[in-house]
Amino acid sequence: MYLDKNQAKILNGSEGETMAKIMKTLVMYGETFDADKLIPITSEEGHLVTSFGINVMDPYYEMFESLLDAGIVSKQNFTVDPSPVDMGNVPASPIQKLVFKILYKNQKRYDDQLKRMGLKGEDMYTCTCYMDEVGNIPDYGDILSWAESSAVVYANSVLGARCNRNSAIIEMFGSIIGYVPNFGLTTNDGRKATWVIEVKTNKLPEAQVLGSAIGLKVMESVPYVKGLDKFLGNELTQEVKDYLKDMGAATASNGAVGLYHVEGITPEAKKLKEDLIKEEAKEYVIDDSELLRVQNSYPCIWKNPNSKPKLAFIGCPHLSLLQLKDWAKKIDDKLRSNDKKKVSVPTVLTSSVPVINEFKKTEEYQILISTGVKLSYICPLMYLSNPLCSKMPIITNSNKLRTYTTAKYYKDDEILNILGKELG
Amino acid sequence: MREFKGRVVVPGTATATALVSTQGFNTLASFKKALLAKKLDAPCSDQDNKDIYEKPMAKKALCMPQTIGSTTGGIVLYCASEMGASPACLLFSESIDSLAAAGAILSDIWTDVAMPTVDRLGPEFLDYVKEGMTVIIKEDGIVQVD
Repeated sequence: MYLDKNQAKILNGSEGETMAKIMKTLVMYGETFDADKLIPITSEEGHLVTSFGINVMDPYYEMFESLLDAGIVSKQNFTVDPSPVDMGNVPASPIQKLVFKILYKNQKRYDDQLKRMGLKGEDMYTCTCYMDEVGNIPDYGDILSWAESSAVVYANSVLGARCNRNSAIIEMFGSIIGYVPNFGLTTNDGRKATWVIEVKTNKLPEAQVLGSAIGLKVMESVPYVKGLDKFLGNELTQEVKDYLKDMGAATASNGAVGLYHVEGITPEAKKLKEDLIKEEAKEYVIDDSELLRVQNSYPCIWKNPNSKPKLAFIGCPHLSLLQLKDWAKKIDDKLRSNDKKKVSVPTVLTSSVPVINEFKKTEEYQILISTGVKLSYICPLMYLSNPLCSKMPIITNSNKLRTYTTAKYYKDDEILNILGKELG
Repeated sequence: MREFKGRVVVPGTATATALVSTQGFNTLASFKKALLAKKLDAPCSDQDNKDIYEKPMAKKALCMPQTIGSTTGGIVLYCASEMGASPACLLFSESIDSLAAAGAILSDIWTDVAMPTVDRLGPEFLDYVKEGMTVIIKEDGIVQVD
């Protein structure tokens, strides 16, 4: 891999031993993927995936400390994934709260490290940093050093930015050096599709199941999705962006998709059309029966699969303002139609602090609160890392949460029916 | 015994018992419980992986097509290495993905734990290797399976 004079000097220790190790890591990482050179990061801000001060990751915090001790900080400000704990808004028993304190004993230390490293602000903990209210929105063609699989796939696909599926630490090293290795999704060829997905369903598929089906099939390849524009139209409205956000998160967690193109909708597909498809691309047809097959394949690992749910999480990835308003209306409508005042299952909608603050100014906020639903900035995945919480029968509409935890997946309508019914 | 030739991602030698995931290996889902409960034998906690669910992964020759899932994958492997719960080596039938590569490289440069990593061993490698077989990795990317 070509290094310019300054990069080669850093590798040889001109800026100290720690910077040399950071450069060596990026070089070895790039060479593994036949990167030709390091290219400059052009986005204004970075995004880190690791937000949690969990007690089993001491080596990570020690590394962070050693960087800061050496005077090494990020060259760009960054946002970071959601906070792991929200004692005020998410139900937890005293013993569960105690376990949270033990589990996340490094949280204060790590929050402080993030601040010193270059965190954009105290409210900048979210996996949907690209929402208008949060403001970390790369331009088309920007080169990023981000991690968080759902944010990377969104930035690549919906915004047309360029970022590989970086691991934690690698993304920070990129932001420290100011460069990333040029390979894969930062190159024109790496952004071409090797799968064509034909959506032949009778109605708009559930985003989370469609994304799951695609991810499970194509793994880390780039898919070109046909047939969605007849349901979604050709404009990237907020509603469409939210659909793609949820679909993308499922492709990235059930598989390893870092970029997808949607015919007639996403920016590169609009610009380059079928020139984005490689000649040898394979085909996968998704119809209603295939979606049903995929959903039926999800295992339920609750001790008693017929348990009554004790908690519902909606919002992994974090909800947009429009989604919060929409859920408020849908839950309220469901309760009214069933002549009920409060949801049957304790329910938490999750979103970023800036989005929640905007939502609180709307009439839908009062409607939502009257149904008994709570709002939180938490990462539900981190909540379920508490072994006492993971034993609870928790339901979710997130395929990502289902993949990494014991939570049981239901489609949006199924969740609504559960929240609106009388539990015997 | 059969011999396969792959590409060296992280150099080193190892002899270990094979543990085989024929599907994409979800690093976070697989190591989550081991890290949380500090289980040094690292039983796989990915309920979606029928091949290796609940089987110990530490000190094994972990054979797979590639890894999938969250971008915390690399740091999970790095922390598993520091904790002493990492596989003896990582063997990929396909080209390594960015998250597994990050984990293997971070372990190599930032820890004292050796986790040799070889990719591009080909689909026939994954067809041939079975759980419990002995795997020997040599410096030049040669992998012997017995």
